[in-house]
Amino acid sequence: MEKAKRVLSGDHFIQGDIACSEGAIAAGCNFFAGYPITPASEIAERMALRQPGLGGVFIQMEDEIASITAILGAAWAGAKSMTATSGPGISLMLENIGLGMITETPCVIVNVQRGSPSTGLPTLWGQSDMMQARWGSHGDYSVIALCPNSPQEMFNLTIEAFNLSEKYRMPVFILTDAIVGHMTEKVTIPKEEDIRVYPRRYTKLPPAEYLPYKPEADLVPQMIKAGDGYHIHTTGLTHDERGYPVMTADCHHDLIWRLINKVKNNQDDIIRLEERYMDDPEIVVVSYGISSRVVIPAVMRAREEGINVGSMRLITAWPFPEERIAELSERVKGFVVPEINCGQMVREVQRSCKCIKPVTLLSHPGGDIHSPDDVYQAIAAIAKS
Amino acid sequence: MTETNTILADTHPMKSFLRTDRIPHIWCPGCGIGTTVNAFANAIKSCSIPLDKICVVSGIGCTGRVAGYVNLDSFHTTHGRAIPFATGLKLANPELEVFVISGDGDLFAIGGNHFIHAARRNININVICVNNFIYGMTGGQLAPTTPISAKTSTSPYGNSENPFNLPFLAESSGATFVARWTTYHVKQLTRAIIKALNKKGFSFIESISPCPTVYARKNRLGIGLDIMKFYKENSTVNNKANTREIGIDFQKEIVVGDFVDI
Repeated sequence: MEKAKRVLSGDHFIQGDIACSEGAIAAGCNFFAGYPITPASEIAERMALRQPGLGGVFIQMEDEIASITAILGAAWAGAKSMTATSGPGISLMLENIGLGMITETPCVIVNVQRGSPSTGLPTLWGQSDMMQARWGSHGDYSVIALCPNSPQEMFNLTIEAFNLSEKYRMPVFILTDAIVGHMTEKVTIPKEEDIRVYPRRYTKLPPAEYLPYKPEADLVPQMIKAGDGYHIHTTGLTHDERGYPVMTADCHHDLIWRLINKVKNNQDDIIRLEERYMDDPEIVVVSYGISSRVVIPAVMRAREEGINVGSMRLITAWPFPEERIAELSERVKGFVVPEINCGQMVREVQRSCKCIKPVTLLSHPGGDIHSPDDVYQAIAAIAKS
Repeated sequence: MTETNTILADTHPMKSFLRTDRIPHIWCPGCGIGTTVNAFANAIKSCSIPLDKICVVSGIGCTGRVAGYVNLDSFHTTHGRAIPFATGLKLANPELEVFVISGDGDLFAIGGNHFIHAARRNININVICVNNFIYGMTGGQLAPTTPISAKTSTSPYGNSENPFNLPFLAESSGATFVARWTTYHVKQLTRAIIKALNKKGFSFIESISPCPTVYARKNRLGIGLDIMKFYKENSTVNNKANTREIGIDFQKEIVVGDFVDI
């Protein structure tokens, strides 16, 4: 097959799902495994179209369990790998997301959220998998999750997701939704030389000196790929720095806290927020993903009426910016949290502000979205209180 | 014993293939997994593929621990998912020679769907299933290979479900090399693994193995040696056997051979 152009630099009018695939390709993704599901199928279809011409791999697996496991295997063979699905697919992937976390395997998992639980609303949107992404697989670990709110961000943040997955050697989530996934907007793809790609942290040590799970100063161990002569062992069992199973509380303590702290200790590098009108605000609207796009008109209207309200958009839902919320809670009157679920990230806002200030949840379970007026009314109510 | 007939070796002859720092292993006396690993080690020793390029992927269970003892790039994955992990490894780097070594419960109950699809796609990997007819590690529960009437801890009155006939399942799913041997047939098993290595396509080898601790004990079949004697006396070599007709009944004939080689 003729060699295709990898980075399609220029202006495009494309769907969020397509932009996600192009972002992945621009980041160097050369292995995609997936299973059809609305509203994420377009990501797989784009990969099926693009990867063969780039010398990469597209494979449609027999289910989502196989898809996530195949991308883990591909990562250990040196590939930059991704899968994309929606809520039911993530539910099936959860056990092996845990395998990716404990084996510290870089890869990207895209969840184009739809109304849930179960089959729910296949063609309509939701934001109800936010806590599933954080806590879904059994056990304790930390996650990184990015929340694009436009096709342009589907491109940009998919590159960021790959970079974070390489830097911190872990699966990274894109948590978007059916609106952003299916929305068509202008997407500008930069020149290839302007795209920053974080390389895999391969060891320079010879096999005799290399320990696959011995961390660097930032708690992230260096990696190898199969076939390079290191003869490594990796396992989902609790393991020591050699990668060998050790069934003791001490070894488990060291491993699990390192998995948690490699994100926690580096959260200043990971957390991305978009703050607008945050000049000493009286009220803060905390939003993410598609629901953030109804917030700005509401904030502007309130400000025109003299209410000092600001907007904090979570570009990373996880790790959650709890220190920033705690700091704001000392000064503000209250928070408004619109989300398309029955109250998930609002719990984080409440927890982070230690319930010392009112937090208003604006909720839609799925398939519907707040109007700017809904958000304005909630802002006005706190302002009057 | 006189000195002349004592065999002494400074090191284990398969030392270079094993993670000796992980020995002792977890397998019981009389278990056939070690025999299967030995056949695997002999097979890769006799082939020209560099050890650096050989990978072993296992699932969960007694046989799932094989990945932990071989001195190769080795991956101990989740229950049932060794084949899709191996699929990712192989497709991302076709230079790797990828083996899946796992048990009958792992590969054919929880992982059954992945097996038939990997065979259908004819992914160029080699799957070795140690079939001991039971879940060993969890204490002897019913497997999808347990023969009719055999007792397990979850079929205390005898199994009433039809077991899978693994070579027939593999052949009908599209495998290009299919063999079954018992751990009594060490040389034939080794040769089958070499054939699988040289076969471009999906290869499947069933290694019928004693489980003295749970299967034999629950079914009063004696110790490991008694089961090896049973294999010796009740195995029929027939490379031309129709795989449809070689299902295994409780303590009846076991047809062995290299059935499919296309």
